[in-house]
Amino acid sequence: MGMPVTLDVIDASATMALFETAFDHFKYIDEKFSTYKENSEISRINNLELGLEDASEDMKTVFDLAEQTRLATGGFFNIWHKGFYDPSGLVKGWAIHNVSEILCQKGIENFYVDAGGDVQVVGKNSEAQNWRVGIRNPFDAGQIVKVLSVSNCGVATSGTYIRGQHIYNPKNENQALTDIISLTVIGPDVFEADRFATAAFAMGIDGINFIEKLQGFEGYMIDKDKYATFTTGFERYVVHD
Amino acid sequence: MPRRQLQKTSSLGQGIRRFFLSGFVVFTFVAYVIHERLTNPDASLTSTPLTPTLTVSQDSSTPLAAVPLSATLPPLASFPLSTDTPQTLPSSTLVNQGLYKNGVFKGPEVDAYYGLVQVQATIQGGKLTDVQFLEYPTDRRTSQEINNIAVPYLQQEALQAQSARVDIVSGATLTSEAFMMSLQNALDSAKN
Repeated sequence: MGMPVTLDVIDASATMALFETAFDHFKYIDEKFSTYKENSEISRINNLELGLEDASEDMKTVFDLAEQTRLATGGFFNIWHKGFYDPSGLVKGWAIHNVSEILCQKGIENFYVDAGGDVQVVGKNSEAQNWRVGIRNPFDAGQIVKVLSVSNCGVATSGTYIRGQHIYNPKNENQALTDIISLTVIGPDVFEADRFATAAFAMGIDGINFIEKLQGFEGYMIDKDKYATFTTGFERYVVHD
Repeated sequence: MPRRQLQKTSSLGQGIRRFFLSGFVVFTFVAYVIHERLTNPDASLTSTPLTPTLTVSQDSSTPLAAVPLSATLPPLASFPLSTDTPQTLPSSTLVNQGLYKNGVFKGPEVDAYYGLVQVQATIQGGKLTDVQFLEYPTDRRTSQEINNIAVPYLQQEALQAQSARVDIVSGATLTSEAFMMSLQNALDSAKN
């Protein structure tokens, strides 16, 4: 998948083995689901070397979740496009969720798991405060345009900076999605935030309305003109230093 | 080999932070790809499958299809830990046994929104040995006229720089996708 993974654990009981386990899971996910790897399971499915009925349990699970998401988003989330399956809009959040569950089951109470800018935050940071999550300015990578104070939830940002590429509208593949550049979703879990951020992004400007209507989720959308639109409950997460 | 980096040591009230970089930085990416080529591509991690699905933990008025509860995860002892045993290069590295033809292959220019990205892949002995940027965005786009997109009933605001004092940053970087796309195309054109 080609992205940085960061794990920050506050609890003193954390061990090196725990970190190894967490990173091993991401490696496992990458080797199975990366469309950039020729021998990944997803690539072998896409090359027709492997049928879905013979796929691994985890692959079937992801396809199941993808179908549920497709239905829940009126088709705006779809891992199938132009003849190939690409489940990356769902797998990243799922992987982070899995690692977060591992840590919780080991009794860790204060941590975050961040993969490629999507994050699950649990408990408090090293200053015993809610975790501070910054939204990056898509037009200036060194700048933060919003600071959020969050705990026990997931934050996912969907975005594409390749004009007309990669993220598309499954309902109209000729529609270039250049109106919006970045959409950040806060939800009860990063898996949920990730899949809905992906779907909402495919809706273009309307995506933020979708998030507004979704109970329990808030969103912050940045458009090509450097203007942001946000949902009515978003402000309660915002920090003004 | 993925690179690991110690960020903070543990002490009272402090945590341990580990950073794992998976293939973004060019040098690390090349090393990673070379490692992958040397590793038996058919090896699979013995892993117990994770059991499905998640619960949508929100109020009842959700429009979503209900997702069943997740079951407990199986024990993770079955994940083999990576060892530090160095990979020995096969003596036939100079013979082209790889997936790729030897040579230098350019990927297409890919629009990364504020500029173009183009990479060039070098194949030696059938394996990827170098990746270079031929084009990399350096200029910012000039600001455009602000149009009122008029999403009804939702507040809007101009972007404003905020404090950089944060624990985590959310938001993809602009060039990573373009890099991967250009590189993938370069490798595709190098295939035997």
